[in-house]
Amino acid sequence: MDSCRVLLDGSRLIVESCVRAGAHVYVGYPITPASLIFSYASRRFPIALPAPDEITALQWMAGLSAAGHLPVTATSFPGFALMVESINMAYMMELPMLIIFVQRLGPSTGTATAGAQGDLLLLDGLISGGYPLPVLCISDLMDCWLLPSIALRTAVELRTPVVLLSSKEMVMTQASFDLRQLPAIEPVHRAFYQGPGPYRSYDPGDGLVPPFLPVGNDRHIVRLNASTHDRSGLLQHTGEEAMANTHRLGEKVEALTPVLYHLDEQDGAQTLVVSYDITSGAAREAVRILRSREIPVSLLLARTLLPIPAIYYEVIDRYPRVVIAEENAQGQFARLLFGRRIPSKIRLIGAVGRMVRPEEIVREVLAG
Amino acid sequence: MSIFLTRPDLPFCKGCGHHHVVRSTVKALEEIGVRPTDVILVTDIGCHGIVDGNFATHTVHGLHGRSVALAAGIAMGLPPGKKVIVYIGDGGATLGLQHLLEAARMNVDLTVVVHNNMLYGMTGGQPSSLTPRGFRTGITPDGVSLPHHDLCRLVYDAGAAYVARVLGLGDFSETLRQALEIEGFTLVEVLELCTSYGVKWNPGLRLKALAEEAGYTPGVWTRPPRPVFRLPAGSGEPLSPRGEGLLDLPPVEVWFSSPLEERWTMILSGSAGEGIQQAAEILARAAMAAGLHVTKKGSYPVTVGVGFSTAEVILSRSPIFYHGVHEPDALVITSMDGLRNQWDRIERMTRGVLWVDASLPVPETGAEIRVRDFRGRAGARYAALYAIWTVLRETGVLPPEALLEVVRGSPLADRIPVDRLASLG
Repeated sequence: MDSCRVLLDGSRLIVESCVRAGAHVYVGYPITPASLIFSYASRRFPIALPAPDEITALQWMAGLSAAGHLPVTATSFPGFALMVESINMAYMMELPMLIIFVQRLGPSTGTATAGAQGDLLLLDGLISGGYPLPVLCISDLMDCWLLPSIALRTAVELRTPVVLLSSKEMVMTQASFDLRQLPAIEPVHRAFYQGPGPYRSYDPGDGLVPPFLPVGNDRHIVRLNASTHDRSGLLQHTGEEAMANTHRLGEKVEALTPVLYHLDEQDGAQTLVVSYDITSGAAREAVRILRSREIPVSLLLARTLLPIPAIYYEVIDRYPRVVIAEENAQGQFARLLFGRRIPSKIRLIGAVGRMVRPEEIVREVLAG
Repeated sequence: MSIFLTRPDLPFCKGCGHHHVVRSTVKALEEIGVRPTDVILVTDIGCHGIVDGNFATHTVHGLHGRSVALAAGIAMGLPPGKKVIVYIGDGGATLGLQHLLEAARMNVDLTVVVHNNMLYGMTGGQPSSLTPRGFRTGITPDGVSLPHHDLCRLVYDAGAAYVARVLGLGDFSETLRQALEIEGFTLVEVLELCTSYGVKWNPGLRLKALAEEAGYTPGVWTRPPRPVFRLPAGSGEPLSPRGEGLLDLPPVEVWFSSPLEERWTMILSGSAGEGIQQAAEILARAAMAAGLHVTKKGSYPVTVGVGFSTAEVILSRSPIFYHGVHEPDALVITSMDGLRNQWDRIERMTRGVLWVDASLPVPETGAEIRVRDFRGRAGARYAALYAIWTVLRETGVLPPEALLEVVRGSPLADRIPVDRLASLG
């Protein structure tokens, strides 16, 4: 076959990537604009369970994960809001799972069929105590293929829930796409604890991640706990061992979350364009337009959003002028990077209820 | 000491019924003859939930009210023969009532033991939905004014295989044994009086008298066996993805060519149910058949069957990074719904061409206006596809035949009368 050009959407790539990576249980509750993922998952995942609400969805996922499965769900803000306590539980219990978060226009139920990038700041600080949760973000169709499997591998290797952030236009827009460019996806390898008993669910040994063993196994009893606990998984008020265990949760995510980004620097560029998610497309187009006019410009597309990779600051420090483009009113990624006192060299491009346009980025770059 | 316990002393107040629950559970497990590794105890938030360390089984300590859903996930993911037990209080059962009903409906293989001491014992003795009318608590000194849920009846009606209510006095291990031996959803409600708050606010009250007065009748209610909800993986069957690979899509071959040099954008807007999205997708495939890059997206209200339906299509010689459409080259309106949806955009247009159905008014616009009889000639169902056919004929951005070939080569061939549309000119 000399051509493999097909018309597809990101949801299709995401679901296929998940099953090829070895995720075999999808737990879904329908919500626009994540329903397309649920629909594909129901046709393709070995097992797809319709949950009666999003809290149940996350609790089932936690139970399935505790029993040794690798569950996936997708939702949007209203559903994600219901999941937050349960995500904290899974984080504390150290249960691997993938939550695909498809952003839409808020606040509240907002406009279900309009895209947005309005939920990033919600994810920073999602875990009570301020511990970081790995958040990866899709910036194009190729990412729809690559990132779900990386997110699943991260979930397993770090024993943690992982959020894969996206938005309506990213997962629902159909596009011509050549399947020949897709690399193979290696299944995520799961290794369960093989050592002698007693097994201590939260003993990381010399590392940061304790070896996993499913509850219900025939070899050693397993204790999982959503409350502050010692290394064996038993309640402990605020003892030294328990506090060290809680501290380790943040440490492992800070140290082991993969750092993923696209950096395209051009000699002589005085301006760096930074973006993520759906606005990455407008940023790429803006850079193409500028370079076609022989205006040097560099581009940073963030795929790892949390914890913030230090390299982003290093790259930004190299430029006298930085334009950050995202589809929200506040400049949420800029706030994530710099707080509310954003340096004067940082220029923000935002939009609400529509996509950021390439010409808006071009104009801001030229304004420098 | 039992193999199911790590130590004999329990972490409960003197005289608390929770002691009886644990001892009866352990005795029931011993009589069934399972191993500690066959038992998964899932505890909710409440005094009962601090018992994990006493059990020499798998233990999972979760959130308030969610333990049944958490345990359901565990139970459906494990092979038969494991005993998943939930310890939950009346407060947790109130908070997680939906989870109880759903697990009963699905007949998930677990046993829920409700420690119903008629109040929230960990937080000062507030009433739950299982607190009986007249029962006094820390925030209802005159007694609760509303009737309580009959939890046993609720979960039985939801489909539970076995439901029992017992007074939490002495040994009720036989009831727990029966519940644990049944494969499916079982629930045992254990009535207790909280020695710290229940007794304090209701001095002299006896559990048996309270139960009788409240209509908390002890008993056992059973149903004939029915299939248990369990994942195939829990049965040890190998799992593989279902169906065809999602990427086994029919590739679009390049049979045509297009004179298009750059990006060309079209918005097609009409009524839901009149094939707007389908027509736009056919255009997208036709453009691919002419070797172009393409994006297509839809916009419609959440009620998918009524109101407007709008599609945006971009055709481009070079890869498309940005698939937004601000000012389209072509705006095609096939119905009043579409016109209303695009009215503001039409008024803002300073360039491009507006194709509008002959039945509709035409807004003021800077675009070139072309009025065509899409609906009259092709009918409402095919007006959108006919409109695209018309646009291709009039602009030449693609050979119109590409549109016909896409339909002919697709499962839509039997349903869409493309030759008739083409003959309309």
